[in-house]
Amino acid sequence: MLFYILKRVAAGAIVLFLITVFTYTVFFVLSPDPAYMICGKTCTPDRIADIHEKLGLDKPFWEQIWIFISGLFVGREYGEGVNAVHCTAPCLGYSFQTSQSVFEMIVQRLPVSATLAVGAAVLWLLAGIGGGLIGAVKKGTWWDRGIMVVALSGISLPNYFVALALQYILVVKLKWLPFPTAVPFADDPLQWFQAYIMPWFVLAFMYAAMYTRLVRANVIDTLGQGFIRTARAKGLDPNIVMGKHALRPALTPALTLFGMDFAALLGGALITETVFGLNGVGKLTADSITQNDQPVIMAVTLLAAALVVVANIVVDLLYSVLDPRVRVKAQ
Amino acid sequence: MSAPASELAGGTRKGALSTLDSGSAPNPVKRVVAALRSTPSVVVSFGWIIFIVVLALAAPLLEQITGISPYAYHENAIDPALGGLPLGQWGGVSAEHWFGVEPGSGRDIFMRIAYGAQVSLTIAVAATIVTTTLGVVFGMLAGFFGGVLDQLVSRLMDFLMAFPALIFMIALLSALPAGNRPLLLVIVLSIFAWPYTARVVRGQTMSLRNGEFVESARASGASPARIAFKEILPNLRGTIIVLSTLSVPQYIGTEAALSFLGVGVIPPTPSWGQMIASSVAWYAVDPMYFVIPGLFLFFTVLSFTVVGDHLQRQLDEGDAA
Repeated sequence: MLFYILKRVAAGAIVLFLITVFTYTVFFVLSPDPAYMICGKTCTPDRIADIHEKLGLDKPFWEQIWIFISGLFVGREYGEGVNAVHCTAPCLGYSFQTSQSVFEMIVQRLPVSATLAVGAAVLWLLAGIGGGLIGAVKKGTWWDRGIMVVALSGISLPNYFVALALQYILVVKLKWLPFPTAVPFADDPLQWFQAYIMPWFVLAFMYAAMYTRLVRANVIDTLGQGFIRTARAKGLDPNIVMGKHALRPALTPALTLFGMDFAALLGGALITETVFGLNGVGKLTADSITQNDQPVIMAVTLLAAALVVVANIVVDLLYSVLDPRVRVKAQ
Repeated sequence: MSAPASELAGGTRKGALSTLDSGSAPNPVKRVVAALRSTPSVVVSFGWIIFIVVLALAAPLLEQITGISPYAYHENAIDPALGGLPLGQWGGVSAEHWFGVEPGSGRDIFMRIAYGAQVSLTIAVAATIVTTTLGVVFGMLAGFFGGVLDQLVSRLMDFLMAFPALIFMIALLSALPAGNRPLLLVIVLSIFAWPYTARVVRGQTMSLRNGEFVESARASGASPARIAFKEILPNLRGTIIVLSTLSVPQYIGTEAALSFLGVGVIPPTPSWGQMIASSVAWYAVDPMYFVIPGLFLFFTVLSFTVVGDHLQRQLDEGDAA
């Protein structure tokens, strides 16, 4: 088991390393020279060379990569001598636009993305698992059809369109909600809730639709299997058959997906945050891309990739706990 | 798209296509077509798809007939006193402008929808062809030959699927020069999407490879290429059709999302996602401006998904029979 974990962690590290190299190549080597971004149009060659030296861009490619990666673990120096700026680990550099530490920028925005992700996840798990179960148990009835139509709409509606429609109906027409302005929970719980309820719903609707379809298909599949027939034949209470026998194998695949989706959302719900003006990691990503703020783009890409890789490993380990069949194979 | 990009709506997630694992027998095309024709939702969806395709193809013709260009400003259709809001009810719907006009510029929304359909469909279909080809080639190579080749292809797929694809697509598209946007979109979409097709094809090839019919073909002296193309590929036909049908709505959705975020199709070329993006500033006073492209996008993605879903179900049932 330990060997299995180590193997997975090593594989994850390799993927992250490759992503770092790839992203760095695209944004620091192939993109417009960052030095021009920093000092603008009135730039002398001296000044450019100066910036190159300070950012370490004059060094060979692999040395730059090494400096970047070691900066993550032990920090790095920008410049030399008295003008040197020390960037403490985990060092992700400084924004070209605001000169803020990129690490701090991300840490500041993570709570917003986390709030969004957790709230939406609660809603979509409830709706997705509930909807999928009802659909599977009442297969072929109007309940099932109704749920499947809603789920189909959920996966076909672009979330920015749902966001606009929802804002138009609830804020402009019915005036049930004020225009969303996010505040910390402690300042004003009501306003906090009013700001998050629409984004939660928009995100949850889409995911709930996918989970409903998945859970329904899995439950129907499981209910058709032999061990369920055996359980029923020996006269077991139908609720126990459903709750103890059918649910567990039917929900494990949903768990894999959930880990990945949730992790991806922690890395920022780009569209939803942008549409609702929530200042999370997703909005930071969108802004950094429009401003071509390379250190920030680099950092958010890595963060998102790292979250997915970690989630993948965690999910696999959990999976082997939940599904004994996998456990045997892993050992 | 991959999990990181799954924030995008649009289409079934291909990773969830686990029901597809069983190889479909050489499919009785007639049975499937008959079953699909007797399903009302499929007929309606198919009708909508044909409508959109005709609309896209006929866009230049419609422009000739009506004399309205998607780029022409109609200042007589908007009210300068109200900041350029369309004159009349429902966002300026009239006999001349069937879906009204854009606030601010007065461009005809119907013509922009028609040309937008052209852009969306072209990109989605082109990307589907590219990803299906790549997915089948790499999936079959990995599944059929196994060994080192399989390791290489599988690791490449792992790498691409762990990538935060949406972030990267946006970043890549905003860093690249404007150039030929639709072509760039197809390339960028294809790079990150082919592993999802390849993964399914690989799995099926691996199970087909050990089938008795492959063994007998090998025993009768067939070359590996012959086995791959004549024995295995025909058995993948059903899977490939389903996967590509379900890819189209995903790419339509992704293209629209990228255009919505301002890195997709560049103005003045119309695109549905881009129309919704420019409607954001007007949504409170002119809701028709976002409702129309939004509904077109919705119905189109929905129709392709419905057709794909039913195709898949029919082919699965064919297997079970």
